[in-house]
Amino acid sequence: MLKNFVMPDLYPAAPELFLAAMACIILLVDALTGSTRRWLAPVLTMLTLIGCALITYATLDGMATLTFSNMFVDDPLSDFLKLLLYFAVITVLIYGRGYLAARNLDKAEYYLLLLFATLGMMVMISAYNFLTLYLGLELLSLSLYAMVAIDRDSSRATEAAMKYFVLGALASGLLLYGMSMIYGATGTLELGRVAQAVHEGVANRTILVFGLVFLVSGIAFKLGVVPFHMWIPDVYHGAPTAVTLLISSAPKLAAFAMVLRLLVSGLFGLVEHWQIMLMLMAVLSIGVGNLAAIAQTNIKRMLGYSAISHMGFMLLALMSGVVGAEIDPIALINAYSSALYYSVSYVLMSLGAFGMVLLLSRSGYEAESLEDFKGLNKRSPWFALVMAVLMFSMAGIPFFVGFFAKFSVLLAAVAAGHIVVVVLAVMFSLIGAFYYLRVVKLMYFDNPVDGAPIQAGFDMRLLMSLNGLAVAAFGLFPDALMMLCTETLVRSL
Amino acid sequence: MITLSHYLILAAILFTIGVVGIFLNRRNLIVLLMAIELMLLAVNMNFVAFSHYLNDLSGQLFVFFILTVAAAESGIGLAILVVLFRNLSTIDVDKLDGLKG
Repeated sequence: MLKNFVMPDLYPAAPELFLAAMACIILLVDALTGSTRRWLAPVLTMLTLIGCALITYATLDGMATLTFSNMFVDDPLSDFLKLLLYFAVITVLIYGRGYLAARNLDKAEYYLLLLFATLGMMVMISAYNFLTLYLGLELLSLSLYAMVAIDRDSSRATEAAMKYFVLGALASGLLLYGMSMIYGATGTLELGRVAQAVHEGVANRTILVFGLVFLVSGIAFKLGVVPFHMWIPDVYHGAPTAVTLLISSAPKLAAFAMVLRLLVSGLFGLVEHWQIMLMLMAVLSIGVGNLAAIAQTNIKRMLGYSAISHMGFMLLALMSGVVGAEIDPIALINAYSSALYYSVSYVLMSLGAFGMVLLLSRSGYEAESLEDFKGLNKRSPWFALVMAVLMFSMAGIPFFVGFFAKFSVLLAAVAAGHIVVVVLAVMFSLIGAFYYLRVVKLMYFDNPVDGAPIQAGFDMRLLMSLNGLAVAAFGLFPDALMMLCTETLVRSL
Repeated sequence: MITLSHYLILAAILFTIGVVGIFLNRRNLIVLLMAIELMLLAVNMNFVAFSHYLNDLSGQLFVFFILTVAAAESGIGLAILVVLFRNLSTIDVDKLDGLKG
């Protein structure tokens, strides 16, 4: 058999290979230098991510290339998501640095786990086979479990890690069970051939739908949508804020790619079945997320529930692609590009919001209660304004990026005829606006409880300001990003 | 004669025991890790049975990867368990209630 071995084309996977090699090198460098040169790991990590971005940018070709026996795909969607991913991870690095250093957590392990998690997300984004998808997902999840527990002496963090681990493993189990059923029905693990087998009707429908239920449950767990959302508030709350920042941002991009690849590229033939499941989960998530967030006094928990409702909106867009029996390509692209737009804008807002929690924290003090935002305007008018912009945007108030994201999703859902769902989503968003605006009220109309000046490096202040400005600028000029999302999906689907 | 459905039913039973084990078990986190392992092994049985009946090797290939990942997963799970025991001096599932809101 070995003489038939053909060397796979490594070129499409160049960024992944570079990152994997660099992660191993950083591991060695850290082992050899020990604790004498602690600045090396973050610097090398940053350079690795910038290098990946350059490689991905240099190999942009606007075409879909399959490699590794059709297990790995390099298409415009994967390039677009990967570039955003590097941006998000670099932001996580810069925002989290001061927080980790103050808690003595900025060891090389953190940076290595961050790199391996990034590698996992990149593999997920480019996966074209159940096997690669699963391996990418596990590489991401295993790194995240360890990162949540990185503060070994905090009982809260270890408890969160244990809950995350158990529910994450359960989700992987459900996903795998679904994959095994779909493999049994179609006889293949490759997404393209699964789609073909489903389309031709050779596969047993009952087994397929049975597998689909498990697959969607697994996806829902990973996305954190109702009824599989239990882990989100606890993990967001318990994890060190720098890790929460990561969990709440970059993996959402990878999760979007996973949903799109599995359900649209792979199981599009079962669209009428998965649309109903996504619809139920979307409505429940938007409802439960927004209602439960009102009762929270911890801002990390509150943003966790808000993440549940935002993921509900993303699913709402994904289920609006197909109306009735006939498939309209324009409606399809509109719906999926609004989902992509929603994910991208949510990542931007989430980075900003958790970045703000990190900005207010300092050595021995976690600014994670809503009280800590009281009177922020008196302490730092500029960052109070940035936070206000982020909260307005998350609430979906015009004219910020969150508004256009919600607007395009609702437009796609109306076009698909889901009027009742849209009305419910709008009502719950209105209820949800309360808890976002409460933060703004606390910042502007209450007196500060804690008068200490904000201690953050220049790089973090600059990036935080840029983040806030980006949320405002994409809100004023939403077309450019929307066009980019549409163009990417047109070329990839 | 043992047919494909026998294997599938056995795998389904094992998988259910695993899932129920995760939710019903209120006493010991190690039992919980065993339940997770059982779930993954049930999936492996599914893959091997399908692979045999479809005459397609890719399913059995997947099993090797699942086994490897499951080992890594247990490793991380047990590591978290050790840290948890050091902090809380217990591995009782019911004692994991510090995070509320």
